Amino acid sequence: MKEKILEILEKICEDDIIYSDPDIELFENGIMDSLNFAELLVEIEENLGIFIAPSEVTREDLATPNKIIDIVQSRAEQ
Amino acid sequence: MGVRKLLIFLSTVVYLFWIFWGNWTGAVWFIAFCIIEFFAAFGYLYLRKKYGHKVSWYRAALVLTILPLVLCKFSGPFSVSLFGFLGISYITFRAAQIIIEIYDGVIKELKPVELFAFLLFFPTFESGPIDRSRRFSEDWNKRYTKKEYLDSVGTGIEKILLGLVYKFVLAALLYPALGALEKEYGLLYLVLYAYCYGIYLFFDFAGFSSIAIGIGYLLGIRVPENFNKPFISIDMKDFWNRWHMSLSYWFRDFLFSRFVMTCIKKKWFSSRITVAATAYLVNMSIMGIWHGVKADYILYGVYHGLLLAGTEIFQKKSKLYKKYHKKRGYKICSWFITMNLVMFGFLIFSGHFLEVIEPYYAKNWRI
Repeated sequence: MKEKILEILEKICEDDIIYSDPDIELFENGIMDSLNFAELLVEIEENLGIFIAPSEVTREDLATPNKIIDIVQSRAEQ
Repeated sequence: MGVRKLLIFLSTVVYLFWIFWGNWTGAVWFIAFCIIEFFAAFGYLYLRKKYGHKVSWYRAALVLTILPLVLCKFSGPFSVSLFGFLGISYITFRAAQIIIEIYDGVIKELKPVELFAFLLFFPTFESGPIDRSRRFSEDWNKRYTKKEYLDSVGTGIEKILLGLVYKFVLAALLYPALGALEKEYGLLYLVLYAYCYGIYLFFDFAGFSSIAIGIGYLLGIRVPENFNKPFISIDMKDFWNRWHMSLSYWFRDFLFSRFVMTCIKKKWFSSRITVAATAYLVNMSIMGIWHGVKADYILYGVYHGLLLAGTEIFQKKSKLYKKYHKKRGYKICSWFITMNLVMFGFLIFSGHFLEVIEPYYAKNWRI
């Protein structure tokens, strides 16, 4: 699942820095914006079957690739 | 119920009596509004638990929740004031957020007293900031240690004092200048008016917000901020992360994001950029109308929608942007352009822009 998430992220952000630096701040560095955020949620729902609402998590919770993986994995376990 | 909860509840009740005493029409509309909102919230929660994710119930509940506001705004031009009480615009956001998060499955229970306190919390009743129910709930239920609470009170007092200076000193000093500049229609005067109005609006609104947030902190409710140095914004996207943040973020989370997600799922547009541009335009136009059904506000919304759409297209397509955007020189130029665009937006918002150009279009279109 971790692989799939990173694949989705790379496709959306069009930047393979998410592989090389999985703790990079995505929003602060302009790698991800509001549009990408929405795209990410759609991809996670359609590809992994996990629904996360836009207001459910804060930008803080999804700030880095690792944080995103954590959140999605913990949802998968629920 | 803890002492703090009691204090919040009682102070809100006292506030409501104070603002509606003598205004019996307003009071009746307000009570009708409260009944509708509570009914929609608890009613939909029940239906959601019983029937699950049914979209039709969700839409019905959401429509009911925003109906009073829509009636209020659209009856204005007809000199009939339905649900006309100050604060309806802001409370509706909080109520709608609850319906949407019940649908999402994020909110699974509602408590009447807590809901009352959240929706009608007296410091933010009239003009926000727009809090979120789950965040409010955390603070409502929080057991403060003595030190934590004293810290909160200290922060609250600081914010109130800052707000008082902003609103009753700085904004108050600018106000007479506006009155004087308004009379002249020359280009220089318009530029000065735009800047003056923008700065005035900031100190007035940021001041008011700071007081409201400060009072919240006195009660242990860490109300979200509305402003974060908006006049250092480098571009329009940055601006909306700094100006009236609680409104901007509400629209982002509950309108923009969802519109984009629907566009993508239903494949309404072929390109990402079209999705983004359309979403920004729709989002900001609605934000404009929310301020009021007046040409000035609608134009303001559409203007910012076009600016954001334009910014998106520029940032994604321009070679100039890709090459230089991290450079200091670029940032300074971008800041300067953004400032002027923002101030022009405020000229529109103030009503002065349409006032000044009225003779020109009236002549051509025989209005």
